[in-house]
Amino acid sequence: MGLEKISKNVLLKGGTIVDPYHNKTYKADIWLKNGDIFDIGNFDIPSSSDIIDCTGKVVTHGFCDLHVHFREPGREDKETIKTGSIAGMAGGFTRVCVMPNTNPPLDSPESVNFIMKKAQECPIHIHPIGAVTKGQDGRNLTEMGLMYQEGAVAFSDDGIPIQDGAMMRIALEYSKLIDVPVINHAEDECLRAEGVMNEGKISTRLGLPGNPDLAESSMVHRDLELADFTGAKIHVPHVSSAKAVDLIRKMKQQNDNVTAEVTPHHIFFNEEDLITYDTNLKVAPPIRSEIDRMALISAAKDGTIDCIATDHAPHTVEDKETTFDLASFGMIGLESCFGVVNKVLCKESNMNLIDLICLLTMQPRNLMGFDSDLFCKGSSAEITIIDAEEDWIFSKEHIKSKSINSPYIGKKLIGKIKYTISKSHIYKNS
Amino acid sequence: MLEQKHLLGLEGYPGKDIQTIIDTAFNFREVLDRPIKKVPSLQGVTIVNLFFENSTRTRISFELAQKRLSADTVNFSASSSSLKKGESFKDTSQNIEAMKIDAVVMRHPTPGSPKHLTNFIDSVIINAGDGTHEHPTQAILDMMSLYEKFGKLKGLRIGIVGDIMHSRVALSNIHGLKTMGAKVTLCGPPNLIPEHINDLGVSYSNNLDEVIEWADALNVLRIQKERMGRGLVPSTREYRSFFGITSDRIKNHKKEIVIMHPGPMNRGVEIDGSVADGDQTIILDQVLNGVASRMSILYLLCGGKTVEGV
Ligand SMILES: [Zn+2]
Repeated sequence: MGLEKISKNVLLKGGTIVDPYHNKTYKADIWLKNGDIFDIGNFDIPSSSDIIDCTGKVVTHGFCDLHVHFREPGREDKETIKTGSIAGMAGGFTRVCVMPNTNPPLDSPESVNFIMKKAQECPIHIHPIGAVTKGQDGRNLTEMGLMYQEGAVAFSDDGIPIQDGAMMRIALEYSKLIDVPVINHAEDECLRAEGVMNEGKISTRLGLPGNPDLAESSMVHRDLELADFTGAKIHVPHVSSAKAVDLIRKMKQQNDNVTAEVTPHHIFFNEEDLITYDTNLKVAPPIRSEIDRMALISAAKDGTIDCIATDHAPHTVEDKETTFDLASFGMIGLESCFGVVNKVLCKESNMNLIDLICLLTMQPRNLMGFDSDLFCKGSSAEITIIDAEEDWIFSKEHIKSKSINSPYIGKKLIGKIKYTISKSHIYKNS
Repeated sequence: MLEQKHLLGLEGYPGKDIQTIIDTAFNFREVLDRPIKKVPSLQGVTIVNLFFENSTRTRISFELAQKRLSADTVNFSASSSSLKKGESFKDTSQNIEAMKIDAVVMRHPTPGSPKHLTNFIDSVIINAGDGTHEHPTQAILDMMSLYEKFGKLKGLRIGIVGDIMHSRVALSNIHGLKTMGAKVTLCGPPNLIPEHINDLGVSYSNNLDEVIEWADALNVLRIQKERMGRGLVPSTREYRSFFGITSDRIKNHKKEIVIMHPGPMNRGVEIDGSVADGDQTIILDQVLNGVASRMSILYLLCGGKTVEGV
């Protein structure tokens, strides 16, 4: 139970291998030596190896999340890179990109280096995303080139939308120097105003200030136009509205440099769930209508959406156990991710499991330029072992994050992570 | 006696309970006309008035209702800014409940906060206004006043005029009046009408004169001076010309119409002084009915066991 260093050879016996890179599903064993893949095939039980019985389980690539907030430096009471890594492993993730809206923000080569050093001690692979502007002030470009050389894999002022269109243009143009995506949290702050939930019939009934879908779609439109104009790579995070989906789908027909992600919570909940005023459902951008939710599911199925990203955003109990207006935005999402997206996309919306796995593995890896051919001999094992059929109730003991701000507590999920293998470590879920 | 333990809002609130509250309120109205305006109905019951926002009128109305019922009352006022400085809502409410109280009357600037309070304490909770969400006791006193005037609510045509967007009074009135079978038309500047208000089963018109011709009564909302010049309302002059209950406008209509206002009024802005003081208004009846309906609500929710003296 929990995290262990792999000291012996391990045989993953009798599972169903799902290899998204070769688009193949087959029965085989994987034999690990020193945490590396030694061979894939059918083996008799070698006496010197630990056996993990994978009968009835899916053995696949470790998941990759392009959007997490690990709060270090600055708010280590909410999460650290270490505790976030464990939460990631509990959710099947072997690789994550941390957003730079820390305190201070990751806006210099030195701060990128700080994360890279911390990452070395962690059992999963951690890649910093650098800030676009110094202090996330929306005005002064960071040293993107030097930060890239230190290990930054993308640039974003996430949490703070880049309001100034000219600044966004400059950032996109400059990013071509290093050819990595710019990720803009797309919300027009003037249209969003004081909004704390989706503007619609529920916000009207609850008396809460609404944030209209066009706060997102108008800025997505601007960003897509700018990306097309500059030829730079743009990645649209946490798409929440049908309107934004339509714009992305249309632009993708003419531009291969456009990618987009969706969070588990935007496809699991709709605005009606906020009727309880549960502050754990207060997120940015907000959870929207059932029409938007259905549009996001279709977009995940037709390729408009490239990947699932959790936007794992830990907050203290005090930050959430307050009135709705004062509560912080965000929810944690790593541990619950697979059970949520498997339930919504595969069980309720007829997506094939291998296609869902692509959204969690190969596609996010490809768009960041990470290696995505993981099941070859000699490579360091990044493996997730899943029971895709298990029904379970998500509860507090499943949370490994330092924070517990999850609206999934008490909810039935389908599909559970059994083991996660990464960097010569194995994590076993209870 | 009532189906729900608390009075958090009128959305989904049973119509028969609204009727019970109004009927009981008329009994208490008689008490208020007596020389000794006090009954022992809530003797030994302790009620806290928890006001996180200034509201002299609502607070006095509740306090008076509590005193007339012989309840023990404690007042707690805190500006929401002091809350923002760190004293948590949870701590404040749990501290107060630890002092063994039976009911909390709460005014708070945040929508949903009375519901939030139910997570922390066991007492009866009465919403005295939560931001732009609901103000159920105001809507009940409005309905009582309409009932007094017309002898019924079913089929009545009510116009609600003004800043609907920022009004808890409007939302509670809409829910209550719809439940009781009245028809509601909203009237005000389009940018102060929520985009999705039609989902609540009401109509909208931006022509006040048409609404006056249609309605049996108008509930005129206060237009807050802060809205003026913030871009939401261009000027007082412009607002009055389209949505003001001016004496000229009232004179132009031959028909009788009853005018209500939840107060406090901005004379000369949303309503002319001469109209406010005229025969058509029932604004002062609303104030008296406010005390009677709050007595009724407190009595029914706080387990008033005896009806003697009523
Ligand atoms: Zn964001």
